Order: sequence, then structure tokens, then C-alpha cells
Amino acid sequence: MKSFEVLKEKARWVRKETLKLHKHAPETRLASSLSDIEIFVVLYYGGILSYDPMNLQWEGRDRFIISKGHGVVSLYPILADLDFFDKEELSKIGTADSFLCVIPDTATPGIETINGSLGHGLGVACGVAKALKRKKSEQRVFVLCGDGELNEGSVWEAIMFASYHKLDNLKLIVDNNKISMLDFQKNILGLEPLEDKFKVFGWQAEITDGHNIEQLYSSLKKLTSVKNGLPGVLIANTLKGKGVTILESDPLCHVKSLKADEIDKILENYE
Amino acid sequence: MSPVEIKTMRDALIEGVIKKMRNDERIFFLSADMGAPALDKLRCEFKDRFINVGIAEQNLINVSTGLALEGFTVYAYAIAGFLTMRAYEQIRTNLALLSQQRTINVNLVGVGTGISYDLSGPSHHCLEDISIIRTLPNIILCSPSDWFIAEKFVEFSVEVKKPKYIRLDSKPLPRIYGDEAHFDWDQGFFELLEGKDVCIVSTGYATHKALEAAQKMKAAQYEVGLIDVFMLKPTNDASLFDLLKRYKTVITFEESFANKGGLDSLISKILCNKTANIRLKSLGFGDKYIFKSGDRKSLYETNGLGEQAIIKAVIDSK
Repeated sequence: MKSFEVLKEKARWVRKETLKLHKHAPETRLASSLSDIEIFVVLYYGGILSYDPMNLQWEGRDRFIISKGHGVVSLYPILADLDFFDKEELSKIGTADSFLCVIPDTATPGIETINGSLGHGLGVACGVAKALKRKKSEQRVFVLCGDGELNEGSVWEAIMFASYHKLDNLKLIVDNNKISMLDFQKNILGLEPLEDKFKVFGWQAEITDGHNIEQLYSSLKKLTSVKNGLPGVLIANTLKGKGVTILESDPLCHVKSLKADEIDKILENYE
Repeated sequence: MSPVEIKTMRDALIEGVIKKMRNDERIFFLSADMGAPALDKLRCEFKDRFINVGIAEQNLINVSTGLALEGFTVYAYAIAGFLTMRAYEQIRTNLALLSQQRTINVNLVGVGTGISYDLSGPSHHCLEDISIIRTLPNIILCSPSDWFIAEKFVEFSVEVKKPKYIRLDSKPLPRIYGDEAHFDWDQGFFELLEGKDVCIVSTGYATHKALEAAQKMKAAQYEVGLIDVFMLKPTNDASLFDLLKRYKTVITFEESFANKGGLDSLISKILCNKTANIRLKSLGFGDKYIFKSGDRKSLYETNGLGEQAIIKAVIDSK
């Protein structure tokens, strides 16, 4: 893996690139794509995920299902940087020539499933995890979902399935940014105590600061190294809109688009 | 025609799957806590490849998708109405959509189509499935009229690596097709009776009722044609039209809501795209749910689909 300093610099770079992508395509969900940046960086550059951009269906890859599809914009620069596709594709986002959608799909190299319709990813991952066990594969299935996504009943069907079937090759990361589209989760259904909920459902659960590279790394390393018959979840406490002050404090930031001059100003401060 | 052996479609299909599973390690059978006598045998013999996901149709589709993405052939078994309607968006997103770009062999096996759960009432009736599944791209839709087709489907389901939905009647029914019947899945239909002027086109259970009515009419020197369509998607429109163009009137007969995108819509599309002047009449259930209790026969009568109604529809068309 790369050093923590390198990872932090990568995260900084990804944040800038995400803003640039949002400038090209203001329809992209910016705030959601800013809360999961460090998670993507640690997974892809921190040596957690196994992948081969030259062989997308390689049996030895870890499967990564991004169930919270709207948060994927910040993954696009990483996939381009790692040569999953040409870097020139990034500037095409939002045009007729681009395969990069606001919500990711399998037309984009490196994306495993159709995501963004919430509540599907974990169940599909259960099937993949079961299949990998059947094949006696050592590879793991990672899923990224949002905390708001946990409102979907189908997620809990999968949570029960995973622990009953002892899918310890299944690793769920919850981007716990605490805001969905209309409000804070605590004003909608109130998911807390989330860690306890997972534990009583038979999962190994950990909590971490989802923007702290060192903590994220050690939590993910711990989560992925255990094989105790329990599926694992990492609740990554994050800030929706992280890095953009006007988004960070706004419960409606999910649907907020920034204007081009606002983005230019933010980017200037990053330099 | 061979001896009329009565059997459920689900047992015939599952017995076929058991034979396949013995020779193919890459087949999984998943159920949303739905059983069958043959399934008792399957889950006993293949403990590690049978999964009861619980009463959770959404997860049934999602887990099946995951297994299929890793190259396994999957059967996903549940009550037809709950499989197709509770989990519709899972079917759409993870099977219809995803299979356009990935190979996914998931076979949805729905039991209890139409009003075959007659006494259970409207929550268990399933008069919408043909219409809602037909509208999804990339999904094959099979609607057998007897258990022999359901059994034959097994071979097809393993060979053709695409998502499919096979809709099964829940009741034990007599066999219509003999061993000599040649199944051409690309053709998707059988001409059961050749007639004059009027032809009934039916699917699933309705084919049994149509056959009974047609045989009575034949005894009274009334030659009505009968075509059983067992592949509702894809269907070979051109060759079906070649048969239909011999008639003046085509009557579609199905255990679905009429004029709502079911078999009648399929036939209407075939006829309206051609120049032939053929009248089309649609027989099916009206635009309301059935709250009246009763067995299937009485529900057919009270909903204007009894045998006399079929015969009258044919005679009136002459």
C-alpha cells in the first residue's frame, strides 16, 4: 500500500476532481459523493481491494458493489487514475458520448452491478458471497451503502440472510453521513443505535471516522482480516458534503448543485 | 395424444431440475419458503444447493442475481403473484436491466397464476403477471398449459442463459401433449385443432377450458381452431400469423385481465401489423378484482367465461 500521506494527498486530489466533474454535470449528486471519498481512497489505494483494471472479470478480484449509486462521482477519477478507463472520459461526463452516468451502471468499466435504485446491493452481494464460498474462493465482497438506504426493507432481508448463512466474506461499509434527501435521518426514522442493531442481527460491527485515513485503514484492515463466521459492517461516520462548507451544514444538500463560479472559487482555495 | 396423466406443473419441473442438479454442480434452487412434494426431495438431496431465503421475495431475486453473476444457474421459486409483484423492481433492475450487459441465468418459477388459488381470494389471484413481465426487455416468458411443457422447460432453462419467468398453474392438470410433441421454443406455440372461420388462441390453464369447449363443438360439427401459445416472449409473430390468416375471427382466451397487455395484446400486435382483415375478440377477466368466493369453475361462470360463454363467443363470430 501507499503511505498515509500519499493517501491523504489522493483524497485531496479526488475531492478536486469530483468538484470538476460536478461542474461538467451539475446533475451529479455532489454532497453524497464528497462523504465517501476517503472510503474509496483507502479501498483502492490502501491495498484493501484486489482488482485488475486489465481483466475486469478476473476471478481473483474482490467484488465491490456500490449500492449507494448517487455517491459514485468521486469514484470515477479513481477508476480513471487506475486505468479502468481513459482519463479523457472524465471530461465527457454528462455528454452524449459518455458512459459515465450520474448513477453508475455496468457500462462503466469497474462497476459490477446496476446501482442507485436503493436496497439492492447488499442482497446481490449475499448471492455473490454465497457463490464465492461455493467456489472455495478467498475473495471478498464489499458493499457501500448509505445510512438512508437502510430505510429500505430489502436491506434487512439481506442483513438477516448474511448472518444466517455465515457470510464472513461479506464486508459492508455504511457511509453514515446522517442525511438523506429531505432531512437528517434522526428526523425521519432514526437509525440509532445502528451498531447495536447490526450486532443483534448477528454481524460484527465497527465504527470509525470515515474521513480519517489512518482510522479507516486500520478499521478496514481489521474488518477484512477476520474470518469468524460473521458478516462484517464498518459504520463510517462521515459528513455529507465534506470539504464544501455551504453543503456541510445543509440538510437539503443532497439535491444541491453548485454553480460553476462557486466551484472555481472552492478549487482556488484547494490550490 | 397420450394417456391423460394428471400432475402439477411444479412437481414436473422440479423433478426435471433434480435430474439436472445430479449432473451439474452449478445449479442452485432458491425458494421464498414455498414448497412442493417434489421440492421435499430436492432439498433433502441437495442441502448445500437449496436455499430457503425465507418469506422475502425481494431478497430471493437479489440473492439469485448474485449467484448468477458468478456463473451459477439459478431457479427462484415462489408464489407467482408475490414473485412478480412484490419483487417487480428487483426483477426489473437486477434481471431485466443487468442481463443486457451481464450473463444472468435466473429462472423465476411462479406458482399459482390466474385464479388457480381460487378459494384463497383476490390477494392470491394473479391476473397481472403476463402483462407486467412482458413489458420488461430481456426477460423470456413461458406460459405452459400442461406439466409436460413445464418438464421440457428445464432443458431450455439450462441451455439459454438469460433471465426467464415460467408461470405455473397450482392445480394438478391433465397432460395435453404426448411424447411425440416436438417443442420448438423459437416457435412458441402449438396448433392443437385446425378449424374453419374461427380460431381460439389461449395460454396456460385457459387452453384446457378452450380444448373442452372446442371438442364439444366438434361433436356438434362445429370446427373451431385452437392454438396454444406457451412462449409469450419471444413469440414467432410471422409463423403465428401464417396460421391465423386462415381465419376470419380470432378469439383470445386467457386467465388474465382482458385488454390489459396480456395474450390478447400479443395477438392484437400480430394482427394489426398485417393487412389481413381478421376480427379479434378478447376473452378474459374484467377490470375488477374477484371478491366472491368459489371454486374455479364457479368463478369462470360468474365472470362470463364458462363453457357456454366460450361456445357462444365462437358461434356469434361465425
